[in-house]
Amino acid sequence: MNAKQLIARRVANEIQPGSLVNLGIGLPTMVAQYVPPESDVFFQSENGIIGSGGLPDGMDNPSLSDAGGGMIGALPGAAAFDSAFSFGLIRGGHLDMTVLGGLQVDSQGRLANWIIPGKMVPGMGGAMDLVTSARKVIVAMIHTAKGQAKIVDELKLPMTSGRRVDLIVTELAVIKPSEQGLILEEVAPGVDVAQVQAHTDAKLIVSEPVKTMALS
Amino acid sequence: MKKTTSVTHAVDNIPAGAIIMIGGFMGVGTPEHLIDELVRQNKGDLTLIANDTARPGIGIGKLIDAHLVKRVTASHIGTNPETQRQMIAEELTVELVPQGTLAEQIRCGGFGLGGVLTPTAVGTLAAEGKRTIEIDGKEFLLELPFKADVALIKAQQCDYYGNLQYRLTAQNFNPVMAMAATTVFVEAEELVPAGCIAPDDVHTPGTLVDYIVNTKVAA
Repeated sequence: MNAKQLIARRVANEIQPGSLVNLGIGLPTMVAQYVPPESDVFFQSENGIIGSGGLPDGMDNPSLSDAGGGMIGALPGAAAFDSAFSFGLIRGGHLDMTVLGGLQVDSQGRLANWIIPGKMVPGMGGAMDLVTSARKVIVAMIHTAKGQAKIVDELKLPMTSGRRVDLIVTELAVIKPSEQGLILEEVAPGVDVAQVQAHTDAKLIVSEPVKTMALS
Repeated sequence: MKKTTSVTHAVDNIPAGAIIMIGGFMGVGTPEHLIDELVRQNKGDLTLIANDTARPGIGIGKLIDAHLVKRVTASHIGTNPETQRQMIAEELTVELVPQGTLAEQIRCGGFGLGGVLTPTAVGTLAAEGKRTIEIDGKEFLLELPFKADVALIKAQQCDYYGNLQYRLTAQNFNPVMAMAATTVFVEAEELVPAGCIAPDDVHTPGTLVDYIVNTKVAA
């Protein structure tokens, strides 16, 4: 199991049966693999479908893709709609959860994930709408980037939304942003609190006791 | 009933320098024949409103490759390195808008509204220069309507009245764009006789459509 698989498996535990979930591009997409089919979870792709699923080889439909442009399938029970409706679902509070990648999260739980000025300008796509309005926002990301902490005291990159995210899941820890600051709730198997803090710029509030991550 | 036109004749009616909305999401639901003909006729100086610029060689990416675009409003350009290159070289101006906001600005344009209030992007870089309005203690951004000279629409089926049915995620921005442009051009996978699309199944009524492109005929 690599770091990304560990993160995806931990995030999968947060998904409630029967809920509507939007998974971002990249690592967050892997979460779907660890959600049991019998849990009746529906995944939304913001380009216009609820009920996206895997696709057997050779069964591509040129009119059916996910938000990353990859070919997908539609499960029994799926529904398709236009972009205005799709973002009505998101902004209107009808989406139970979104899982997104992150470049930085700060001690106030604010996420930055859409631009590195002067270096990388991909655009926000649907991220600002998702982070602002999904009922629950989980950031799923590798804990550091090239040795640099991504969980910081104060964002250095432009924020995606002023909304406090609900949970940060990395290969080292599960951290819950709160009014008081970032609460270290869980560590990965074989990782201790000091190691997590050493890789984190923001001061962590250590929950008593700290649990070891349970993986699905 | 409307007469269909060749793609060549249709694009003859699009002036260089036009403001154009183009349907599609990463090329899915994008009218490729109309884009190919814009490139062939070298219609330049275009201002685009679209979700993204797809990839080089695909969909809207072909207009970027051909240097026909001077300005684009989109939610995402990360999949097209050529768009980023032209933006950094200042050959192309890019305005980035959150995807849900983009859909609503286009909808406002087509639905006769003066703007929309959204909580998305409040306090971020994308809010710069925009008005904030507080309602019941919560902050919203006032986002203004988008309109265009031309919309290029891709449908699954189009009948000879111009009634349109879209399919799956190829729908995306097409229905709102068909409402928000002065002149609407449609390219469909299938042209079908009037009556083949049941009234309940029409996503965009034909009265909105000005040009039905028949991709099977030459100029």
